[in-house]
Amino acid sequence: MNDNPTIEFALRMGDNCLILAQQVGAWCGHAPVVEEDIAFANVALDLIGQTKLWLGYAGELEGKGRSADDLAFLRDVRQFRNCLLVEQPNDEFAKALMRQFLFDAWHHPMLTALTKSSNARIAEIAEKSVKEVSYHLERSHDLITRLGDGSPESHAKMQEALNDLWRFTGELMTPDSVDEALAADGAAPELSDIQAEYTAYMRSALEEATLVAPEKVHMYQGGKTGVHTEKLGHLVAEMQWMQRAYPGLKW
Amino acid sequence: MYAQMVKSTGERPKTLDEMTPEERAFQTRIDADIKIEPKEWMPEGYRKTLIRQISQHAHSEVVGQLPEGNWINRAPTLDRKAILIAKVQDEAGHGLYLYCAAETLGVSRDELIQQLLTGKAKYSSIFNYPSLTWADIGAIGWLVDGAAIMNQVQLQRCSYGPYSRAMIRICKEESFHQRQGYDIMMALMRGSPEQQEMAQDALNRWWWPSLMMFGPSDADSVHSAQSMAWKIKPVGNDELRQRFVDQTVPQAEFIGLKVPDPEVKWNEERGHYDFGEIDWEEFYRVLKGEGPCNRERMAARQKAWDDGEWFREGLMAHSKKRAAKKLAAE
Repeated sequence: MNDNPTIEFALRMGDNCLILAQQVGAWCGHAPVVEEDIAFANVALDLIGQTKLWLGYAGELEGKGRSADDLAFLRDVRQFRNCLLVEQPNDEFAKALMRQFLFDAWHHPMLTALTKSSNARIAEIAEKSVKEVSYHLERSHDLITRLGDGSPESHAKMQEALNDLWRFTGELMTPDSVDEALAADGAAPELSDIQAEYTAYMRSALEEATLVAPEKVHMYQGGKTGVHTEKLGHLVAEMQWMQRAYPGLKW
Repeated sequence: MYAQMVKSTGERPKTLDEMTPEERAFQTRIDADIKIEPKEWMPEGYRKTLIRQISQHAHSEVVGQLPEGNWINRAPTLDRKAILIAKVQDEAGHGLYLYCAAETLGVSRDELIQQLLTGKAKYSSIFNYPSLTWADIGAIGWLVDGAAIMNQVQLQRCSYGPYSRAMIRICKEESFHQRQGYDIMMALMRGSPEQQEMAQDALNRWWWPSLMMFGPSDADSVHSAQSMAWKIKPVGNDELRQRFVDQTVPQAEFIGLKVPDPEVKWNEERGHYDFGEIDWEEFYRVLKGEGPCNRERMAARQKAWDDGEWFREGLMAHSKKRAAKKLAAE
C-alpha cells in the first residue's frame, strides 16, 4: 500500500473503471442484440476515459513519472486496487448486466458526493464522470427492471445473477484506513452515507424489478487492498499482453 | 460497402421498349436521378436485389465486428483501446442503420438474421480471414475500410433513398476508420524492426483479400448490368478495384511498405497502376464457406443469437405486461 491515501483512493477509482471497461468492451459483437453491442461499447469508452483521469492523477501524485498507461499495463495483479465485483466472470450476459447495475448504483452516488470533494482535482474528475455514469445507471436500472419483471426465464436469470454477485457489493461500502483518511479531510464521503443511499435505492429498484437481494450473505473483501479472485490474473495477462511481449515500444 | 456478388434478377436489363408502362415510368425516374422512396411502386426484382445488397452489407458490418473485436482486450495502450472500441461500435451502428434501411423494403431484422445464420444470406468474405497480430487492426482499417469507402462513396448516389442516405452518414465514419488504420501502420513503420515486420506481414496477408472485396470482374455479369441500370450500384467492380489500387500503392510506399505483388507497376499510358491476377479460386472457396474463419464467425453469431434469446424474449414479455397494465388502468 502507498503511504499516501489519496494515491490509493485514485488507484481504486481508476482500477474499477479499467477492469470494468475491459470486461464490457469484450461484449462488442457478442451481445444479444446489436443495440447492446453499441450500448456496452459506449459504457466501455466512458470508463476508459475515466481510467485515464484517475490513474493519471495517481501517477502524478506518486511522482515517479508513471503515466496512466504505465499503471494500467505494467503493474502486476497484486498492485490492482479494483473491487472484487468488477472482476467477476464475463461469460453470461445476465451477470454482466447485473454486475454493471450493482456497480453503477454505487458509482453514481459516490461520484455525486465526490463532486463536493475538498480535493479540487477529485471534484473535477467526479464532475466530468458523473454525467456519464448517470446514463450508465439509467440504462442498467432500466434493463434490470425489464428483465427482472419480464419472462419467467429472464426473471430467473436476473435473480440468479443477483444471488451470485450480491456478496461483492459490501466491499464498496466498507471503509478502511484509506477511506477514513479521505473522509476526515472532506476529500471523499463517509461510506456509511453511501451505504444508506445504496440500500434505499436497491430496495426500491429491486422491488420494481421483482427481484430479492439475498439475506445474510458473507460480504467478500480484498480487492481494495490487492487481494483478488483468481480471475483477475487472467484478465490482466490478456490486457497487458502487448506491453509485456514488446516492452517499451510506441504503438 | 461490403457486398460482393449480389445476385440481381439474373437477366439482362430490359430495354425501354420491352418494359410495361409502370416499369418504364420507374426507369425514367431512375435515369433522371430521382430517388425512389419506400412507399413508391418498384419492380419486384429491384426490391429483392436491394434487400439482398443492403442485408449483405448489414451482415458484413455485424460480422465485421468479430475480427477487430478480437483485439479490443489486447490493444496496446488505453488510447488505442478506446479508438478500436469506438470503431467497432461504429460498425455495429452501421449494421443497425442498414437493417433499418432494409426494413423499409418490407422485411424484418429477425428474418434477415435468420437468413444470415442459415447461410442463405452472405456477408463479405474479407471477414473470414483471421486477425492474428495488432498490425492486422491497422491493415483492416487501412485496406478493408479503404476498399469499403471506395465502394460506398458511389453508393451515396444509389437510386434508393434510405440506402443512399444511410451511405452518406456511414461514409463520414468510414473515412475516420481508414485514417485510424493507416495511423496504426504508420506508428509501426516508425517503430522497431519487429514492429515493421509485423506491419509488412499484415499487408502481405490482407492485400489480396482486400482486392477480392470488389467481387469478380463484371465484364460479363448480368447481375452487375441490371444493378447498374437501376443505379443500385452505379460503378462497376473493376473500376472500383482499380481506384483502390491507385490510391493504396502510393500510401504503402510512403511509409516504406511493399505491396506483395511483383506485377504492381505504374502504367504511364493508362494513367493507372497495373497489378497481378487475383486468385479467384481462393475467392470462390472462401465464399463457399471454406475460408480460414467462416465456421468460427458463424459460430460466434449463432452463439450470440442463441444465448441472447432469453434477453430478447424477456424484454418482449415485459413490454406486453406493461401494455396490459396500461390497458387495465384506462
